[in-house]
Amino acid sequence: MKTDDLVTLLATGAAAVEPDAMARRYATALGWGAFGATLLMAILLGVRPDIAAAARLPMFWIKLAFPASVALASLFAASRLSRPGARLGWTPSALAAPVLAMWLLTAYVLLGAPAPERAGLVMGRTSEYCLFDIPMLSLPVLVATVWVMKGLAPTRLALAGAAAGLLAGAIGALVYALHCPEMEAPFVGVWYVAGMLIPAAAGALLGPIMLRW
Amino acid sequence: MDNHGRANAHEERLRNLLVRGLAGDAAAYHAFLKDLSAHLRAYFRKRLSGLLDDVEDLVQESLLAVHNQRHTYDPGQPLTAWVHAIAKYKLVDLLRRRAGRDRLNDPLDDVLDILAHNDSEAAAANLDVAKLLLRLPDRQRLPIVHMKLEGLSVVETARVTGMSESAVKVGVHRGLKALAAMIRTRR
Repeated sequence: MKTDDLVTLLATGAAAVEPDAMARRYATALGWGAFGATLLMAILLGVRPDIAAAARLPMFWIKLAFPASVALASLFAASRLSRPGARLGWTPSALAAPVLAMWLLTAYVLLGAPAPERAGLVMGRTSEYCLFDIPMLSLPVLVATVWVMKGLAPTRLALAGAAAGLLAGAIGALVYALHCPEMEAPFVGVWYVAGMLIPAAAGALLGPIMLRW
Repeated sequence: MDNHGRANAHEERLRNLLVRGLAGDAAAYHAFLKDLSAHLRAYFRKRLSGLLDDVEDLVQESLLAVHNQRHTYDPGQPLTAWVHAIAKYKLVDLLRRRAGRDRLNDPLDDVLDILAHNDSEAAAANLDVAKLLLRLPDRQRLPIVHMKLEGLSVVETARVTGMSESAVKVGVHRGLKALAAMIRTRR
């Protein structure tokens, strides 16, 4: 087939494209992914029994706000990386900001605590669960986000995969925070960050394999 | 005009055509794709000096990619950047498959270049899209043949094929994606 004929074939009957098609796909994927993560958490781990009492403490909300802001920033990064030629712009700073804020809070808490207690504040009692459960809860969003990206056009595949993984990890951490009994900033600053980075690294490895087009 | 001026003039014109095309103006969209194919041809020909046989295949593959992924164009974004990223992605993808056999004779990063030159003399493509079309399953091939080659509407295609209207639309969409994948992997 000559190229001109292919042009005619492609243009014939080409209907209008919905301008918000991309945003709607991301919204659908995140909705189902977050629902799946919440369901997994409720069935396999359970909501922490003292959640009503915990919700009166500021740390409970900081523990939610931190992954929520990482999720929002990585959603912006992922959607930009899904468009050919779109610049990342301010999204790396938006990703770094909540992590730096969490680390500042971590440093503040550690410096204010007596030296023998510091290790305990960082290690908590559930760090190994955190490292396993956050990546596990990130799976529904990871699958959904990769599915969305496959229908778009990422050109930097490892970076796009990493953004998808970080988005999934952040939603996984957000949902995990409803189960997790730890209430110290140093624990969140270390283990939540590590838990979110595991799916991000997996995404960076999977991207070049899964996202080709 | 220098490269920059020429690229700007083409950017304006093509962006306008694409935006109208995305809104459903098939004639504008046709003009956009036709112009774009000349730019893509010049871009690939310049960078594939040792692989001139592949230029037309790559032009067709990129046109299919532009069409299949056209919903990723944000009208607030420079068209040049979008087209360049797609063309470069397809070029790098081809070169990666041919790694070691040929060398680039030009840097790939000259974004402005893509709309500065055009070349309307098409060579023959090696891969015949019409033949690849025959290998698609009926549920994808028939909607493409009736809608895209014979110019029937969705309703008419649904009547002729006995498929539902949504199945017709899905068939066209998936069929064109499958064609793009076949062009990509068959070389």
